[in-house]
Amino acid sequence: MTQKFNSRVYVTLRPSVLDTAGTAVKSELHQLGYQGVEHIRIGKYIELTLTAESKELADKQLHEICDQLLANPVIENYSFDLIPVDAQ
Amino acid sequence: MKFGVVVFPGSNCDRDIAMVTEGIFNQTTRMIWHQETDIDDLDIIILPGGFSYGDYLRCGAIARFSPVMKSVIQHVEKGKLVLGICNGFQVLTEAGLLPGALTRNRNLHFICDQIPIRIEHNNSLWTKGYQSEEVVCFPIAHGEGNYYADEDTLKELEDNGQILFRYCGKKGEINDENNPNGSSKNIAGIINKKGNVLGMMPHPERASDTVLGFSDGKALFANLL
Repeated sequence: MTQKFNSRVYVTLRPSVLDTAGTAVKSELHQLGYQGVEHIRIGKYIELTLTAESKELADKQLHEICDQLLANPVIENYSFDLIPVDAQ
Repeated sequence: MKFGVVVFPGSNCDRDIAMVTEGIFNQTTRMIWHQETDIDDLDIIILPGGFSYGDYLRCGAIARFSPVMKSVIQHVEKGKLVLGICNGFQVLTEAGLLPGALTRNRNLHFICDQIPIRIEHNNSLWTKGYQSEEVVCFPIAHGEGNYYADEDTLKELEDNGQILFRYCGKKGEINDENNPNGSSKNIAGIINKKGNVLGMMPHPERASDTVLGFSDGKALFANLL
């Protein structure tokens, strides 16, 4: 029986990669007076739904999807959650 | 030599390349729509600059899964030549045909300029028409040309002589001041270990006709004939 899942995927730059956009946003926030902002990293947030035979298979597929396309492992890390639609 | 220029949706330097290979050098040149898979007739494949698939997700990330790319990978495995310029370079790194990645320019600006580039060495079929450490002038036009690779990869590139082009000053100085986009080690262009794949951010095809003001790129194409 196939199951439907909702997933939220987060793609972030690896710590060793300079986040130029994040640096620019941080300096703008400092100009706006928010001196307390210490650290910004900008990433991507992707929502998707998928169907699979089991949660294990859905998890495996999502890893493949992230490794192949959604993230570039050379410069990015990713994480995701996987929630069965029925459970929501 | 028979050239093929891949046309992805959003490529915009494809015609410029054909103008050089066919228009200036009189070589048979075929435009390859990204959905084609039979490219056996071609000697050299060029992936042009532009904004394939609107640069969605990451530059080159979607183009690398175009049907033609499987054939391009086989072309490389056969030892035949592939040149990726600008977006073409980004596609080659995304496809894993070249190491590293191209990220947002350090200053976040889209840079459109004509700048000095140093030919690192002429011990490659791509650069044999230049002098080692010769300084040439090439146009650049990109928002994401900041070359990134981890330290081990950079060392390997250096040790193997895989770095062919670097951003430099007018006298060939390699320093941070003359690094327009923040690239590691001022890298502007690299080859794979085997030497049959070249990726570069500068546009030699836009510097191959004296009508355009400068022709330093011409020697690169002339080498391939």
